[in-house]
Amino acid sequence: MSDQRESLVHVRGLRKSYGDFEAVRGIDLDVWRGEAFGFLGPNGAGKSSTMRMIGAVSPVSGGTLKILGLDPAADGPAIRARLGVCPQDDTLDTELTVRENLTIYGRYFGLSRAECRERADELLEFVALTEKAKVKVDELSGGMKRRLTIARSLVSKPDLLLLDEPTTGLDPQARHLLWDKLFRLKQAGVTLIITTHYMDEAEQLCDRLVVMDGGLIAAEGSPADLIRDYSTREVTELRFGPDVMLADHDALAGKVEDLAQRIEVLPDRLLLYTDDGEHAVAQVHERGLQPAAVLVRRSTLEDVFLRLTGRTLVD
Amino acid sequence: MALAVENGRRMFDYWLTVYKRTWKGTMISSFLLPMLYLAAMGIGLGSFVDSNGTGALGGVSYLQFIAPGLLASTALQIAVGEATYPVMSGLKWQKFYHSMIATPLRPADVVYGQLGFIAFRVFTSCAVFLVIITLFGGLKSPLGVLGLPVALLVGMAVAGPIAAYATILDNDSGFAMVFRFGVVPAFLFSGAFFPVSQLPDWIEWLAYVSPLWHAVDLSRNLSLGTVNPLLALGNLAYLLTWFLVGTWLAVRGFTKKLIG
Amino acid sequence: MATIAARVVPVPVRLGGGRHIVERNFLLYRRSWVVFLSGFFEPVFYLLSIGIGVAHLVGDFTLSDGTKIAYAAFVAPAMLASSAMNGAIFDSTYNIFFRMKYAKLYDSMLATPLRPWDVATGEVTWALLRGAIYSAMFIVVMLIMGLISSWWALLALPASVLIGFAFAGAGMALTTFMRSWQDFEFVQLAIMPMFLFSATFYPVETYPGAIRWLVEITPLYQGVVLERAFSTGNVGWFLLIHALYLAAMGTLGMYVASRRLGKLLLK
Ligand SMILES: Nc1ncnc2c1ncn2[C@@H]1O[C@H](COP(=O)(O)OP(=O)(O)O)[C@@H](O)[C@H]1O
Ligand SMILES: [Mg+2]
Repeated sequence: MSDQRESLVHVRGLRKSYGDFEAVRGIDLDVWRGEAFGFLGPNGAGKSSTMRMIGAVSPVSGGTLKILGLDPAADGPAIRARLGVCPQDDTLDTELTVRENLTIYGRYFGLSRAECRERADELLEFVALTEKAKVKVDELSGGMKRRLTIARSLVSKPDLLLLDEPTTGLDPQARHLLWDKLFRLKQAGVTLIITTHYMDEAEQLCDRLVVMDGGLIAAEGSPADLIRDYSTREVTELRFGPDVMLADHDALAGKVEDLAQRIEVLPDRLLLYTDDGEHAVAQVHERGLQPAAVLVRRSTLEDVFLRLTGRTLVD
Repeated sequence: MALAVENGRRMFDYWLTVYKRTWKGTMISSFLLPMLYLAAMGIGLGSFVDSNGTGALGGVSYLQFIAPGLLASTALQIAVGEATYPVMSGLKWQKFYHSMIATPLRPADVVYGQLGFIAFRVFTSCAVFLVIITLFGGLKSPLGVLGLPVALLVGMAVAGPIAAYATILDNDSGFAMVFRFGVVPAFLFSGAFFPVSQLPDWIEWLAYVSPLWHAVDLSRNLSLGTVNPLLALGNLAYLLTWFLVGTWLAVRGFTKKLIG
Repeated sequence: MATIAARVVPVPVRLGGGRHIVERNFLLYRRSWVVFLSGFFEPVFYLLSIGIGVAHLVGDFTLSDGTKIAYAAFVAPAMLASSAMNGAIFDSTYNIFFRMKYAKLYDSMLATPLRPWDVATGEVTWALLRGAIYSAMFIVVMLIMGLISSWWALLALPASVLIGFAFAGAGMALTTFMRSWQDFEFVQLAIMPMFLFSATFYPVETYPGAIRWLVEITPLYQGVVLERAFSTGNVGWFLLIHALYLAAMGTLGMYVASRRLGKLLLK
């Protein structure tokens, strides 16, 4: 089975330096055709640097990178002809209208004018911007711009779609709308590579992901696998009043240590990693502790990240 | 009033701080280019004009004929330059006016500060240019130094209306129009290079509408010693009217744009 | 095929991609054609101001070969050359800097199969097309004002495209070295003296030895010589040297620009 999979992006020992600073410090991965692959990591992890190398717009500093079987240093244009790219910062053509942004972008790919018009209308429909077709890009909201950027990346019917933080900076409603669009693309068989620092986004969209930090890959797997391997089924969060200091947290942690497989002490709360959260809560009360608030929840990728790096994803 | 002065001063301080970073670049457009014009036209071309006979100019050398006009034109160009892109930047691109309004400053203060800074730019640049003109021998009489306040006045006369215009524009392509159909024709046809009486009548009348012609005429008459008091008062009144109406328009424009 | 060529030939040879950038600019200006047309007026204003006003003060010029020429006829071809220079410089410096640094336009273009070379050729081609339209209109105005005295003037249009090419290439190359808007003052510093002193307003013979030599090596001077020769019909083989100078300048500029654009944008 695994021999049959086609690797669209093949990465071994990949590095990227800017002057003396090394942003990507040797990573290995493969992205298979048809999957939704994610990079999860905090700001500065090296996600965008990696994406730009995969997008064949940033020279590789070291290691091997093959995209669609081709070498980006020699065949950049041929590779880019088959990619769709949604960069972290919108690079829409602000001097043109919404629809013109799509048609002219298609022309850059060498599509015929008729084809561009047809694709533009389809895609405007797809991202629900048909009414805005004649509007200048400047007048769009952040979420609309993002949708337009995604529509633009689809003009050339790419084999592989690169989405760098597709929903960062959007309000929750706009994010859900975008997730819905991306989910439909995935259903349609488009291979997706997504970077994000939102664990819910990674869980929603990715079949498989790598956790990236400081230019390195800390772990790899499906969201469920990662949670199983690096966390417990449930987490009990204990919050104490505002007068309880961090030092007290450490003392409190000592009192409940044996109730969980693992304990994390955060500035504002204690996390007890256990397979039965309610049981832990009962035990905490039994020991006479009086947390101001208690929450029992499922483990998430956030917990995985905390376990792997000792830090939270979004701070 | 005291508040307006104080707040306007704070705005002015802002611009001065910015200018401390960028003044070197503006040296080129502020003195070097007018100086080159003076050399190319006044001295280079002037040698041909003078040898052809200067009857049409009333017997003065071409250098002395154009120098006061170039001074006034320079004032106009600096003022328009400072009232276009920087203003749009404050309103649209960097939006620093909006952050100023979030402090006790009012839109009118922003305008006064902006105009104050433009006055500073026009005055300092023209003062230096005037020294250069004098060294070249471009002034016929010492009264010609009064061209400096005249230059300041014409700068202020156009700064207000242009800043007001900047508040109603969606993008900067409108400025290209200001330069192409305002500044350039004014520079070329307001009598700086030749007497406007040589123009066809209808263009001559257009020249009289332009504030620049009034400034050119006044500063030239001062330098050549051909002042007619009544006409001079007319020139001054016309320029002052532009200044006052323009400032009022700018305050109105800024108020509308910044606080609804 | 294209990729093999790209590997073997150091300068990319395919010009094709640039035409889509021309198309993009056309799309943009189709909406603001008033602004587009207005670009034509500036040189015409200069011509009128000089033709009506200054010419009256200067009288006729006697050139070094003894021919007499009306002052307006002397200045007009120089205005044609200068406006070709100005248009090309504006398009290739301010416009390109804005698109590169602020609009991030080229970032999005280079994420497609387009390459830096396509961006450079596309922008320069656009600048030349636009300049050619202005020049053609200006030549018509010269004709109407009776400032053209030879059929050679048919070559004035290609000559102004060549001038545009030289300055657009060089301007674009310089733009890739610009750090901020302030640096553009230095562009002005190069352009304005050329406009004023490159035998535009009076003959080069006016200058004493060393200064004359300095004027004769400026790029605008080459353009002025070409245009003046064509509008007066005073042609000779020596014009080829001036044309070659401009062609070399443009080509070198384009080469540097596309190399540097690649370095700047593909980090
Ligand atoms: N062009 C650049 N020049 C210098 N440093 C850069 C450049 N781009 C990114 N970096 C640095 O590389 C690191 C990784 O950045 P990036 O790949 O953008 O991370 P992420 O997308 O995960 O936030 C950061 O520390 C960033 O400051
Ligand atoms: Mg990033």
